[in-house]
Amino acid sequence: MSTSKMINGVPVQEHFRDAHHQFDTAKMGIWLFMVTEILMFGGLFVGYAIFHLLYPEMFAEGAHFLDWKMGFINTLVLIFSSLTMALGIHFIQVNQIKKSVWCLAITIVCGAIFMVIKYFEYTHKFHMGIFPGNLLDLAKLNEHLAHEGLPAIKSTNLGMYFGFYFCMSGLHGIHVLVGMGLITWCLIRTVRGDFNPNYYTGIEGVGIFWHIVDLVWIFLFPLLYLVG
Amino acid sequence: MGHSHHGHDHSHKVSAPDEHHITPLSVYLKVAGALFALTFLTVGAHAIHEILGPAASLVAFAIAGVKAFLVMAYFMHLKYESIENRVIFGLGFVFLLVLFGISITDILSRHFIAGVL
Repeated sequence: MSTSKMINGVPVQEHFRDAHHQFDTAKMGIWLFMVTEILMFGGLFVGYAIFHLLYPEMFAEGAHFLDWKMGFINTLVLIFSSLTMALGIHFIQVNQIKKSVWCLAITIVCGAIFMVIKYFEYTHKFHMGIFPGNLLDLAKLNEHLAHEGLPAIKSTNLGMYFGFYFCMSGLHGIHVLVGMGLITWCLIRTVRGDFNPNYYTGIEGVGIFWHIVDLVWIFLFPLLYLVG
Repeated sequence: MGHSHHGHDHSHKVSAPDEHHITPLSVYLKVAGALFALTFLTVGAHAIHEILGPAASLVAFAIAGVKAFLVMAYFMHLKYESIENRVIFGLGFVFLLVLFGISITDILSRHFIAGVL
């Protein structure tokens, strides 16, 4: 950052015309990155759609092991965190830095709540022998079902369903963790006084990333937990 | 944004991003309220999904689509974003649709021979 000049509280790097040009460029870069995120998760959605079309009974059987209430709470948690993220940026814009810090902190906590719920969902499945793909322990799962008085698994390739489940929800979970890290970085920089109403590009970019994470979950929740 | 820029002169550039547009707090709260309500609606629709039949998935994703629009327009400020960035982001969804459309057409147009494709 040694090639940037401070203009009105904004560190402008020398290869940009002005702060406005710098901000526009950063924004465009962020949106291009978001396009890759949409296509990455989108590709998984398309894969899910194809195999759901081919093996509807297997997908229905697998979906029985998902608890929609957990997914529902996670949806509310992420929507709330999107609000606090947007507010975090809003308060910097109106020069209420302390409120911004609080909002960013709450956003991180919401991400943590989401991951804790995810942890319980995953460990419950592992306990039953449910793992992705070939790692699915069918014997253990059937034993667990028999113990509960439930019929054994009918599908011959249930591991494929859980391959999709763990890959899609897992990739999303990794994004939540990365997002939490990025927001923590933003929080530290905000506390340090790096940002002001004229310069908050970093938080804006991280905010857009966090909203993408929320956006993906908005579609993932009905797909996995409701439609099944 | 390749043309010369004169401060905040918005009179001749309708696509100039209003990056200094500050969304009022009340708008954020209203959008969040709508998102919560739509989430409850999603779950409500699921509760009656047997009655909805095959339309259940469409309803679920239609509601998700509305929620997505609200998040994108207001939380991500796309409503106040330059046309270039909106086109860029929109293209992501366009190409996803192309991927989905061609893949599904492929699968659906295959013939089953002895139970397999």
